[in-house]
Amino acid sequence: MRRPWLSLAAATAALLITAAPALACGGLIGPNGAVNLLRTTTFAGYHNGVEHYVTAFEFAGGGGAFGSITPLPDIPTKVERGGDWTLQRLVLETDPAVREFAFDALLAAPAAGEAEVLLETTVDALDITILRGGGDEVGLWAKNHGFRLPPDAPEVLDFYADRSPIFMAAAFDADAAVERGQAIGDGTPVHLAIPTDNPWVPLRILGLGKSSAETVQADVYLLTDEKPALLPKAGAFTESEGLILDHSAAASDALLADLRSDAGMEWVPSEAWLTKVVIDASPAELTFDLAIDASGARNPSPVDAGFAPFGPTPAPRPPMALYLALAALLVVALPIGLERAARAASSGRPPLAGA
Amino acid sequence: MSSPARLAVAALLVAATVTAGCGGRAPVTVTITIHYSAFDLTDVHVPVGVPVTFVLVNEDPIDHEWLVGDAAFHEKHRTGTHEAHGDVPNEVNIPALETRRTTITFDEPGVLQFICHLPAHEAYGMVGTLTVGG
Repeated sequence: MRRPWLSLAAATAALLITAAPALACGGLIGPNGAVNLLRTTTFAGYHNGVEHYVTAFEFAGGGGAFGSITPLPDIPTKVERGGDWTLQRLVLETDPAVREFAFDALLAAPAAGEAEVLLETTVDALDITILRGGGDEVGLWAKNHGFRLPPDAPEVLDFYADRSPIFMAAAFDADAAVERGQAIGDGTPVHLAIPTDNPWVPLRILGLGKSSAETVQADVYLLTDEKPALLPKAGAFTESEGLILDHSAAASDALLADLRSDAGMEWVPSEAWLTKVVIDASPAELTFDLAIDASGARNPSPVDAGFAPFGPTPAPRPPMALYLALAALLVVALPIGLERAARAASSGRPPLAGA
Repeated sequence: MSSPARLAVAALLVAATVTAGCGGRAPVTVTITIHYSAFDLTDVHVPVGVPVTFVLVNEDPIDHEWLVGDAAFHEKHRTGTHEAHGDVPNEVNIPALETRRTTITFDEPGVLQFICHLPAHEAYGMVGTLTVGG
């Protein structure tokens, strides 16, 4: 089932935060009327060893503060405001049904135990912090900075921190957005340049805080030098729409030219492959990330996909079968050799070599 | 060993500890660890009329609660407005990565529940049964 407007919806997300302290008793927080869930759209481009990660935080009205935490594959060297139309232009490329509306619209408009802060910057009404630390450290930092983490956060943070201890925390100040004159629906794109061996896109975190009755729906756009190999492969789920390869083709010259003309997008190459992956799965199904091999080797990493634990390779186990075979050989060969040696000694000849 | 099997064994161990303490009316200690927003013990048996010290270990980087009581007690807390607990032995806040102790003497037999009432935590499974006596 296609969701024309949901194709603009979240691809990276999100631990809700509020400025208010968490209340001990249930029933008061829920969907706080003063805090509206932001939606994000994600694009991961990979060229010359650098992942260009563009995500937008959409102002949905209300007041207070809220935000998200996004796992990253490595330390970004640049965090800046994203271009004005990159995400929307990608949507138009793969979903022409929204062409007129969307493009017209866009043209119109550490304490102890905490994670280490690597970078802090502000983009419009977004306060962005790049963190490095384990799951506990990042969780504690988030808690101490007003993020209200859902109960599945500890496990999910560990899931990411075990592979890459780099996170982006984005706190959105809705009051500041109002003061800046931002209207409901206005997006704040953020562009991160992340040198890394191969890009991956966090998917599991999309299910964070969601109940089993909910569905994770998201779109991920990839722009790579060559046709990428993905893990898991699209269509991995048979009982749901799961992971759908919605678009896979050489990027058009018009698209590349449009992207390259946007702010901060001069890195876009003259030739590239455009992939769009749609995620439509239950949180219980979404236990992995999207690993991408853009090198042409077609060997996406199981570790990057979250299928294999990160860490030192276990020491090789003793080749027990070989030991048993050698022992059996000795059991058989030793008596024979001794017998031949005895015969040789008795006959005055040397024993046969290797016997 | 599967998770349910571990829980069953843990519950039996707690019951055994408690039973051993019953004879001499000695204080009983029950340690409950919270990891990934789950109680490691979800079926705890304690005696009537004996001080029971609960050691509540929060291994998570987020806060949790341990509130023990009957159905009416929990219904009140589901819709309550407390910002914090701590002055009442059966209502304990456990900050992230910290440990709290509380001692309670249960005067009557019965079946109670202990629940974390922080938003979405109960639905996530942070519920356990505390059987007093019996």
